[in-house]
Amino acid sequence: MAEAIRCDVGDWVEVEYVLLSAADRAAGIPEDTAAQPLRAWVKGFALAPGMIGDEVSVETMSGRIVRGHLSDIEPGYTHTFGAPSVEIVSIGRDLRARVAAYRSRDGE
Amino acid sequence: MTGRYEQVMARKGEIMKRALGMDYAQFERSPIAFDYEAMMFSHGYTLEQIRSIQRSAGVGLTPLLELRNITDLVRSYAEPGRGARIFVKDEAANMAGSFKDRRASMSIHVAMQNGFAGVIAATSGNYGAAVASQAARAGLKCIICQETFDSRHIGQPEIVEKSRICEAFGAEVVQMTVGPELFFHMLELLEETGYLSASLYSPFGVSGIESLGAELAEEMIALTGAPPTHVVVTHAGGGNTTGTARGLERVGAYDTVVVSASVDLSGLHMASDTDFNRKSFTTGHTGFGVPFATWPDRADVPRNAARSLRYMDRYLTVTQGEVFYVTEALSKLEGLERGPSGNTAMAAALSLARELPSDATVVVQETEYTGAGKHHWSQLAFARAQGIEVRAGDPAESVPGKSIVIPERPEQIRAHDVDLIRLRRSYIRNALNHAPEGYSTTPEDVIFLAEDTNTTPSAVEEVIAELRAV
Repeated sequence: MAEAIRCDVGDWVEVEYVLLSAADRAAGIPEDTAAQPLRAWVKGFALAPGMIGDEVSVETMSGRIVRGHLSDIEPGYTHTFGAPSVEIVSIGRDLRARVAAYRSRDGE
Repeated sequence: MTGRYEQVMARKGEIMKRALGMDYAQFERSPIAFDYEAMMFSHGYTLEQIRSIQRSAGVGLTPLLELRNITDLVRSYAEPGRGARIFVKDEAANMAGSFKDRRASMSIHVAMQNGFAGVIAATSGNYGAAVASQAARAGLKCIICQETFDSRHIGQPEIVEKSRICEAFGAEVVQMTVGPELFFHMLELLEETGYLSASLYSPFGVSGIESLGAELAEEMIALTGAPPTHVVVTHAGGGNTTGTARGLERVGAYDTVVVSASVDLSGLHMASDTDFNRKSFTTGHTGFGVPFATWPDRADVPRNAARSLRYMDRYLTVTQGEVFYVTEALSKLEGLERGPSGNTAMAAALSLARELPSDATVVVQETEYTGAGKHHWSQLAFARAQGIEVRAGDPAESVPGKSIVIPERPEQIRAHDVDLIRLRRSYIRNALNHAPEGYSTTPEDVIFLAEDTNTTPSAVEEVIAELRAV
């Protein structure tokens, strides 16, 4: 997201941490999931300066102190609407024509 | 050595008892039966009080719209005399963009009444946005636990959008990788903060949806002179079906047929890291709909207030491609650009309306907001990037996790009935399996199971005898 690799105290950042190592995960979950650690990310205000990858603590919006590896500085969102899919674009044109044809047939 | 997971789970009972704001033990009658109605009325709010709480919270009284163009589209290919009138309750008009505001407003009200400083909810869906929005209005702290990413840190775009909106409303969002241990971390957070567990499945949350069923019945009476003949409900955890049906009953709409609808995701495992990003729907699908119908008490409360088998008269499934098609159609024909998950019931309604006489009335009881990430174009682009085949054709040929087939014509939209007898049987098997080894069912248990599956005591006894014989 942001280009910065170093945060200062008070910056809005994201940290990553491991909640459960693969060995500590619940019994009975699918193999592909069990092979991975359970990881988490949370955003907050940095309580110390640090570089991406450093262990830092943050104060979250609810006021909790969470310690993790600095994973982003000024984290934003990049999800989009995507491009129109070729299978979708003609639906509106075709259905409007069908409704119009139905109504003219019914004399409306 | 016991790990952190086991240690926290061992404290589940005591953590939940404090965090739920109520003691569920008082409703238990046996290892199988509990007093459902006593639990549902334990909060003590009448429908009028619920409506009043929701009005002060800015929730409800959403527009009921008749979809004349969609109705005529269906009539253009239905048999003569068929093609029911289709209506929609535009729940996206709620503040946080879905009917979940109704549930969340009740959770926040209870949190305020009981002096909690904040609320926690485990949800990757619209409920998170609703809780975050209501908490912001009430000045409460809010933590939302979300299953957001696979192990490659690739987020399902719909859930990433949900992270964004929750943070926009000032919630702390804990984004996690795939796994049912989300619940374990929620317990840790409840213990650390002392906040209320704003479960989707609490009696007050589910009662909050009753206003939706009541509103739509009253609006239909005003508009057409009668309650709707059919209501179609997008079904996942069961709260939407349960609350809507109870609301219909509260205003006397006993004859309305309640039809639940889910997107068919059969074959995909909901706890699988690799399957996680191979689905284009994060709720309203059979991966929640079937297991929650057949064992509601898998939820994050001792007894789930959402018990869909009690209320569903039919259960229809539709494909991902059919819902995307109908989402685009709704936008282009009716000027309603809404999220695909909420349009699951809309796709089923088109199929249902085609079978019904033209004087029948079908209400699709919700819509949800859309936008970057949630939008059907966004989901299709993401599916392609994950290697899912997207093509036009007959949606009956689609395979969840492998292909999405967009219909070429509306005639190809055909919902499929799920066998309710099979679901009831599966529920009864689960109830027996959860009782202690060697426990024999009492007449009271049989009556409870009949009520919980909307069938007769003799039908329950038959199933029990069959299961015991195996």
